Amino acid sequence: MKFVISLVINPALLDVLTEEEKAAVGDGHSRLIEAMKKSGELITGLALVDPAQAAVVAVRDSQRVVTDGPFVESKEYLGGFYLIDVESKERAIELAAQIPDAAIEGLGVEVRQVMFADGQLDV
Amino acid sequence: MTAPVIEDLLREITPQVLGTLARRHGQFEGCEDAVQEASLAATVQWPAEGVPDNPRGWLMTVASRRLIDQMRSDHARRERECATATEPVPDGVPDTDDTLVLLFLCCHPTLTPASQTALTLRAVGGLTTAEIARAFLVPEATMAARISRAKQRIRAAGSSFSLPGGAEHAERLRVVLHVLYLIFNEGYVASSGSELHRADLAREAIRLTRMVHAQLPDDSEVTGLLALMLLTHSRRQARATAAGDLVPLDEQDRARWDRGLIDEGIELAAASLAGPVLGPYQLQAAIAATHADAATAAETNWPQVHALYLILERLAPNPMVTLNRAIALAETKGPPAGLELLATLDGDERMAGHHRLLSVRAHLLEKNGDPAGAYEHFRRAARATASIAEQRYLEARASRVRVRPPRDLAAGAGSALPPEDGSGDQ
Repeated sequence: MKFVISLVINPALLDVLTEEEKAAVGDGHSRLIEAMKKSGELITGLALVDPAQAAVVAVRDSQRVVTDGPFVESKEYLGGFYLIDVESKERAIELAAQIPDAAIEGLGVEVRQVMFADGQLDV
Repeated sequence: MTAPVIEDLLREITPQVLGTLARRHGQFEGCEDAVQEASLAATVQWPAEGVPDNPRGWLMTVASRRLIDQMRSDHARRERECATATEPVPDGVPDTDDTLVLLFLCCHPTLTPASQTALTLRAVGGLTTAEIARAFLVPEATMAARISRAKQRIRAAGSSFSLPGGAEHAERLRVVLHVLYLIFNEGYVASSGSELHRADLAREAIRLTRMVHAQLPDDSEVTGLLALMLLTHSRRQARATAAGDLVPLDEQDRARWDRGLIDEGIELAAASLAGPVLGPYQLQAAIAATHADAATAAETNWPQVHALYLILERLAPNPMVTLNRAIALAETKGPPAGLELLATLDGDERMAGHHRLLSVRAHLLEKNGDPAGAYEHFRRAARATASIAEQRYLEARASRVRVRPPRDLAAGAGSALPPEDGSGDQ
């Protein structure tokens, strides 16, 4: 079963983390990625640039309108995600709980099953 | 010989060669790698240079050489092992039990079902890691890691290359059959872009189950599983439209069912029921055979279907079986009886918010003349499923039963989308 584990981040909150705390978060992700690679559960994982870098694209009267993002004004944004292939939803939750973000108040870790996927995975 | 013929030949002899090597050297992990490499070499060389007179002997020799190379490069290996490996391997017709032993090893109980499935397809099915990865829609690296982890686990468990005896044999065979069933199912529920590859998985599962059946012809559950697969597979042309929309059993064009598979399946199902013990696969095959026997949906022998589900429910209690029995009960005793049986599942945690419970209830509510209730439940079921094909089907059922508001109210809506009903919370 394929799941996306989304990492919902709060840029303001990340700014106040100390260097040690940031490093610990990074190490935690690295360890988890290694473990999921070895077990054959990780399909891919990625992190996104700051939401302020987003471009919002719309088409109005066949004309392209591009404005500075993000689209939704919010404190929290999608920071990245893991795409995994695991035995069960329970296992997906077990892995999600190992993500350092899950232990930090204000950061969100969300598990949702994939309903449709297509395209080349080996990039 | 054309490439597909060579592929079939390799699939046939790969597990035999692996079985012989593993029996001889006892190290499944290394042998499996060596045979996989030899098999890859064959797919490159044979189409270009012609198939050798003795393909099995060729594969055995090349795999043995690879194994020796591996051992030599591994300094920790004892010279003794090298000595055994360099002795020529006798090439008679291999002990036919080897394939079965391999299958038992790949379905080792310490492995997760996903690993058992992957390893079985590679070591017994002779598929490459890339092919297995494609079939399961994961990157090759992900599948390679899964297979290598599985082999390490088997080694750590210290399994010997032999068939387990007595009660363990029965227990392990149950796991093997479950894995074959999972492979089949994975191919059967194809719903996304790679349908072709996934249909191949169903065929591969049938091929492997035939192999087990050939070695254990008197095992009623093996026979039952093969019958179940053939009967289910016989409907594959009729179960979806060209556009990929699901067609339920009662609406399928039965002329498109594969008669050859049905005849064989019915015969095997009957043979399995004549055996001394009754198991879940035999009963499911008998149910599939009852459906296959009906020329039209209206002619279905529902009392027999219900009776079989009742036995299955007693033999292997499971809410999914009860769910299916409710459909049969509604057909024999009327929708209220079916709905009453469904109500007994409401307290079952395993079924809470499950799309199948919601969709069966919707189906029975519709039959019971409650379109509003049916609509609500079809919508909730559509939100609860993780299959896009099923979701489309359930949405279509919902719009079919939807009670249209009076014309003047609907006029301003201007949208084909059903209204939010706020009932989709899971």
